[in-house]
Amino acid sequence: MTTLQSNLLENHTPTGREEAWRFTPLKRLAGLHDGSAKPEARDSLSLNGAATPGVTFTRGAITAVSSSEDSIVNRIRNYTSEGAILTIDKDVVVTEPIFLNRISGGIQTAELSRVQIRLGTHAKATVILENTGDSVLAEDLEIILSPGSDLTFISLQEWDSKSVYAATHNAIIDRDASLKAIHVTVGGDVVRLLPKVEFVGPGASVDLQGVYFATEGQFFEHRMHVDHAVPNAKSNVNYKGALAGDKSHTVWIGDVYIRAAAEGTDTYELNRNLILTDGARADSVPNLEIETGEIVGAGHASTTGRFDDEQLFYLMSRGIQESDARRLVVRGFFNEVISLINNEVIQERLMTRIDNELERAGK
Amino acid sequence: MSTLEIRGLKVTVDTEQGVKEILKGVDLTIKSGETHAIMGPNGSGKSTLAYSIAGHPKYTITGGTVTLDGVDVLEMTVDERAKAGLFLAMQYPVEVPGVSVSNFLRTAATALRGEAPKLREWVGEVKSAMEGLKMDPSFAQRNVNEGFSGGEKKRHEIMQLELLRPKFAILDETDSGLDVDALRVVSEGVVRAKEANNLGVLLITHYTRILRYIQPDFVHVFAAGKVVEQGGPELAEKLEANGYAEYVSA
Ligand SMILES: Nc1ncnc2c1ncn2[C@@H]1O[C@H](COP(=O)(O)OP(=O)(O)OP(=O)(O)O)[C@@H](O)[C@H]1O
Ligand SMILES: [Mg+2]
Repeated sequence: MTTLQSNLLENHTPTGREEAWRFTPLKRLAGLHDGSAKPEARDSLSLNGAATPGVTFTRGAITAVSSSEDSIVNRIRNYTSEGAILTIDKDVVVTEPIFLNRISGGIQTAELSRVQIRLGTHAKATVILENTGDSVLAEDLEIILSPGSDLTFISLQEWDSKSVYAATHNAIIDRDASLKAIHVTVGGDVVRLLPKVEFVGPGASVDLQGVYFATEGQFFEHRMHVDHAVPNAKSNVNYKGALAGDKSHTVWIGDVYIRAAAEGTDTYELNRNLILTDGARADSVPNLEIETGEIVGAGHASTTGRFDDEQLFYLMSRGIQESDARRLVVRGFFNEVISLINNEVIQERLMTRIDNELERAGK
Repeated sequence: MSTLEIRGLKVTVDTEQGVKEILKGVDLTIKSGETHAIMGPNGSGKSTLAYSIAGHPKYTITGGTVTLDGVDVLEMTVDERAKAGLFLAMQYPVEVPGVSVSNFLRTAATALRGEAPKLREWVGEVKSAMEGLKMDPSFAQRNVNEGFSGGEKKRHEIMQLELLRPKFAILDETDSGLDVDALRVVSEGVVRAKEANNLGVLLITHYTRILRYIQPDFVHVFAAGKVVEQGGPELAEKLEANGYAEYVSA
């Protein structure tokens, strides 16, 4: 492993007063933000099964294509210039999903991981990243979409209860390429996930979908950053979260920028939160900055509501007992996004996890 | 033969202006196979009566009793009331996003019958119930009441009535908002449920036209939170002609 030493932002440690860190419980980040975490080379990501033609998964030198102001990303980049690289060659259409598995490494040490997913021109694939077990993990994941390529990227945070995951998922999307990302966070102690999108060619599109369910004591933060710097790009953001149990806390931030050059932009972002019990806290901050009026559309909405007693009454009046009725309503709430995952085994596994979390929270 | 008995029922709601009494001592007895129509002016408390019997948490019972074959209904949770044999077709059925009609119906049938209905028979049951109410099969895949038109919601309520086979059904303005054809289709569904299960019906309505399809044995006039007069089907005709003036001023 080569270790790159650089002074870049080396001394920058978030204090919690910065806008980007003001919600995050720094003390629970296991030292990922201040350099006190003990790094260990784990190479925790692996390709499940054999690579098909036109698909390669290797470890090697990585040159960052995205810029980042995130101090965790900068620590990772200072620490290593190597990582896992998944490449789908140009014109290759992969019909079956490509699974990337995580081998959890425990919480005594930390992993600082770099990943790149690269699609050649007109390549098409679905990549499913499955995070399980207990880990302390900081990750700088870059998605590079060449012109006309099409990626569905599903990131499942099914961590065990002690995990700390601080990750930036940075997508660089070229002309006419499209990314559909689905982020599901249902486990871990602290998850701080920053999906970032940079359009570098016109006609590109992104659809960011996500669900999260935090129960007692869990902190899940999802902070989008979508940068429209080129004309005629499209972005849609739809995140749904539920919270149950004391001190469950979720944060959703949706920053969308429409630069002066980004004429013809079409963007909409939505975050909906469902609060199931007292003692839960959902922060939701959509933020739209527009520097040109020549756009197709720009909108955002955010709602945070309590469980709907009318729905509960309706279901119970048909003989369905309260716990089952709650489960149905919560499943229904998440179904809109979960059903986008084109894999019944994963859908059912996530719904069962959600049922179980709900049941534990109800006790 | 079952009996649903309402005695001296008093109900309040919490409003921003304080506690408001809506039901002021309702007396009503319904036996299996009987159809009772309730007619009365807007705001007189008809839906309140329906919801209170079904156990909606918004309403506080301050007096009186509701019993089903002598068993206290007011002590039961909402789902227990359904299991005891009560069904409420709502004036404004609730949308449940993300929950398909088919999943909802099967979950309800499983709860009420105590075991999951056998898949093949169940599919047939649902299919014929939908056909009976002239609902397109695609409704099974849609989310409960989500985006349904007013009339489609009402058909969906009566489809549930047929599938869930209660002992007593309260139909709260099931006829409102239905076109003439839908009114007939929905009424036929109620009549089928009556014939199949000797269902007792409490039918809340503003119009006599549904009574041509579902003949009432008794008509009750409801005003200012209680039953103020009872009679046979001829009473409905009289109300349609004269309105409620004499009851409201009384
Ligand atoms: N939360 C509330 N706050 C204030 N008033 C309420 C509330 N809930 C019910 N009411 C009042 O209770 C009364 C009875 O309402 P209800 O819905 O039972 O009438 P209804 O007889 O069904 O009328 P309609 O024929 O219009 O359906 C109405 O005057 C209504 O405004
Ligand atoms: Mg009413």
